[in-house]
Amino acid sequence: MKIYDKLIFELSKPGRKGYELPKTDYAGNALKDIPSNLLRKEAPALPEVTELDVTRHYTNLSNKNFGVDTGFYPLGSCTMKYNPKINEELAAMPGFASLHPLQDEESVQGALELYYNLQQALANIAGLAEFTLNPYAGAHGELTGLMVMRQYHMARGDHKRTRVIVPNSAHGTNPASAMVSGLEVVEVKSRPNGSIDIEDLKPLLDDTIAGIMMTNPNTLGMFETEITEIAKLVHEAGGLLYYDGANLNPMLGKVRPGDMGFDIMHINLHKTFSTPHGGGGPGSGPVGVAEHLRHFLPNPRVVKDAEGRYHVTADSESLGSISTFLGNFGVMMKAYAYILSLGKENIRNVGPMATLNANYIKESLKDDYLLPIEGACKHEFVFDGLKDKSTDVTTLNVAKRLLDYGFHAPTIYFPLLFHESMMIEPTETESLETLDEFIDVMHKVAREARETPEEVKNAPLTTIVRKLDETGAAKNPILTYRAMKEACAK
Amino acid sequence: MSNRYIPHTQVDIDKMLKRIGVSSVDDLYSDIPQEVIFREEYNIPSAMSEIELRRHFQELAGKNRSLTVFAGGGAYDHYSPSTVAHLLQRSEFYTAYTPYQPEISQGTLQYIFEYQSMISELTGMEATNASMYDGATATAEVMFMMVASAKKKNRVLISATVSDRVQNVVKTYAKFHGVDLTVVPEKDGVSDLDAIKKELEAGDVAGVIVPCPNKYGIIEDFTGFADAIHAAKAALAINADPSTLAVLRTPAEWDADVACGDGQSLGMPLQFGGPYLGYISCSKSMLRKMPGRVVGATRDADGKRGYVLTLQAREQHIRREKATSNICSNQSLMALYATIYLALMGPEGMREVNEASAAGAHYLYSRLLETGLFTDPFGKPFLKEFTLHTDLDVAALNRRLLDNGIMGGLDLGNGLVSFAVTEKRTREEIDTLVKLIAEEKK
Repeated sequence: MKIYDKLIFELSKPGRKGYELPKTDYAGNALKDIPSNLLRKEAPALPEVTELDVTRHYTNLSNKNFGVDTGFYPLGSCTMKYNPKINEELAAMPGFASLHPLQDEESVQGALELYYNLQQALANIAGLAEFTLNPYAGAHGELTGLMVMRQYHMARGDHKRTRVIVPNSAHGTNPASAMVSGLEVVEVKSRPNGSIDIEDLKPLLDDTIAGIMMTNPNTLGMFETEITEIAKLVHEAGGLLYYDGANLNPMLGKVRPGDMGFDIMHINLHKTFSTPHGGGGPGSGPVGVAEHLRHFLPNPRVVKDAEGRYHVTADSESLGSISTFLGNFGVMMKAYAYILSLGKENIRNVGPMATLNANYIKESLKDDYLLPIEGACKHEFVFDGLKDKSTDVTTLNVAKRLLDYGFHAPTIYFPLLFHESMMIEPTETESLETLDEFIDVMHKVAREARETPEEVKNAPLTTIVRKLDETGAAKNPILTYRAMKEACAK
Repeated sequence: MSNRYIPHTQVDIDKMLKRIGVSSVDDLYSDIPQEVIFREEYNIPSAMSEIELRRHFQELAGKNRSLTVFAGGGAYDHYSPSTVAHLLQRSEFYTAYTPYQPEISQGTLQYIFEYQSMISELTGMEATNASMYDGATATAEVMFMMVASAKKKNRVLISATVSDRVQNVVKTYAKFHGVDLTVVPEKDGVSDLDAIKKELEAGDVAGVIVPCPNKYGIIEDFTGFADAIHAAKAALAINADPSTLAVLRTPAEWDADVACGDGQSLGMPLQFGGPYLGYISCSKSMLRKMPGRVVGATRDADGKRGYVLTLQAREQHIRREKATSNICSNQSLMALYATIYLALMGPEGMREVNEASAAGAHYLYSRLLETGLFTDPFGKPFLKEFTLHTDLDVAALNRRLLDNGIMGGLDLGNGLVSFAVTEKRTREEIDTLVKLIAEEKK
């Protein structure tokens, strides 16, 4: 098959077009009335192409991509579920897609009802009092949640609480979000199984601590069994507990963060509630809080009155606004559809089946891959590379070899607790047959590492492009077509 | 256990439990303290089939009203060719993860490269990132970026003519991160250079944020801004509507260091406020302070052209608490939306969109002034959005327009109303709006 290698700009031919607008008959030319020093000198060098050019070009690009619809993603901490097709269709319904965000609330009662229902459903699933759906992504949710934490302390006049405890096994966004929210990060050590070392935590809990950020199950897929003790200690010290919802999936049907003692959390709708990752976004990162924090959530809020009408309101105690309007509404619609499709009956099975899948892979592969932590994991687990360390085949090599066999790679070199981390998370939407195929391929790669290691080290061998020069790309950045042309001209 | 999204049969479960060596799925949760296990029923409806789900959504949609929109305020009712939405439904695009494995993500990486190229053409600037959440958060990140570039300066100025919604978000970020943000009052509906100069005198300003067009729709004249700001060793950031940049003087032509804004105007569905995207473009000198993902061109082991995420040393997953931003995603699919839209429209189409919108807006503007109910408090150039003064009760007027299926102008307070017109509005729709408003005269 011929490999398609064009940029849209390279299809351009002056005079071609891919649109048609109605003719207007207003007198004069409004642009000509604008002073010329306020207009650009030259038109932007956008491509001039036909509709068919565009359609073929982007269809060809799509063929160079791997997605959940192409194959299995064992990507740890990313919860790559199947994205139901009906949800795409519902989110595009004109009755929602045409709504201006500042329309009078009387004219958007259906949208507000959906919004409110999703807030309520998430609050119930999380065991918390109230949710905001404004945050656009998980990291944005973390930031918002930490702002809630700070707002709470400031509202109490407790201004010295400027530090937040983050385990060294945490997702990279945790410390970065803390920094952006103006909090100083205090690292707490993890035990070998990734759980928080309570003895290391205790001396940290003074009156400068705003709270603690935790992921439970942690990034090794292990449940923090001492969570109630940790919650008690942090609360007694005057701090709040933040739950990083990245790993919420295995908890569905089993445990609610609010019941474990968490005060604030975010949920990644693009993980737990099946909305598409879209090649990196748009996501949605709703934030939930316990009763005593509800007034600090960002504005605008969506509320329901006694007559059953919905309103967009602002709370005077709120931390402020973190979004232009109400958040990624289109994403929320898909998550809401997914929750209703599962219903209260099937949502109970999400966590257990995701956990069953993860343990099945772990037990099936631990003869070939080094399992640093024994015992039942939850939705994901971590191997520390191949068990046979004599081959010098790395985790990166294994990951790239998987691409040759039609699987996405696991999350690699995270968490930082091991040198050769390989973090695997199947989700409940994958069948036993798919897991078995993955397990077979993982065994095959382990065998290759012993018998034909060079083949694994040179992987991928069958993808559209091979190993790319990332160092060169960073050293001499070519970030636009214009720069590419200039570089070629030199 | 099985439903349409969970495939496990009892036979599967039994086989898997046997391999794991436990007798029940509950055993996998035996490490969890009993007192925190959730034993109640979830308070959500029972599972719905597709038929029921569709019916429920139709019922909800029936409680909304699609209006003829004459409002903007950061969300514009532009038309998007049918091809855009169709191509966006290629599931190899929308079901893909972040392109961390470049060998199997060349589709995503290449369209982001094309997106960066196109936004850079609009802003005139050398670099553009892979996109941010929205225009407001992008502007807040630009504030951080200017502070990080300036070193040891922690003060940023923002013109009062920047959209209030954007200002609100920037203020929130500034408050928590500890940036000293000063709102510089406007003068005659535009940014006040004299007032900015006065603030710059203190020597502690890292950057200045101004809008184009501004919250009144006015195309501001930034003559003298860059010189004054650069002389004070501060950076100039322009928050600009990217659609209008196809015809308006670019941030680069104003000698700005950074451009940012919301990509919604590039044909994106209004969708009750999102998803849209935020963009950031900057000059080469600011590149390594720019947050978010960036895609660069490179070669593979066989010399073939390819694309990768690059300059990752700036990012949170490497720098953790030392990062200048916590963003670890982009609005990738919306960047694809903007890319396909701009590819279809091309330079001519983008000029026509602006001409048609401006023609409609200027027609409405003249007709409203003719009613005698409105005056123009500013008398400054505008494109598709403009603001007038009226003594009418704007809320009451808009209620009456709503009864007629129209979303009227936005009530900015103090008798100010802003209207927006796009290429989708017909002359008949504008005439109807004016007729309904003129009835207020009685």
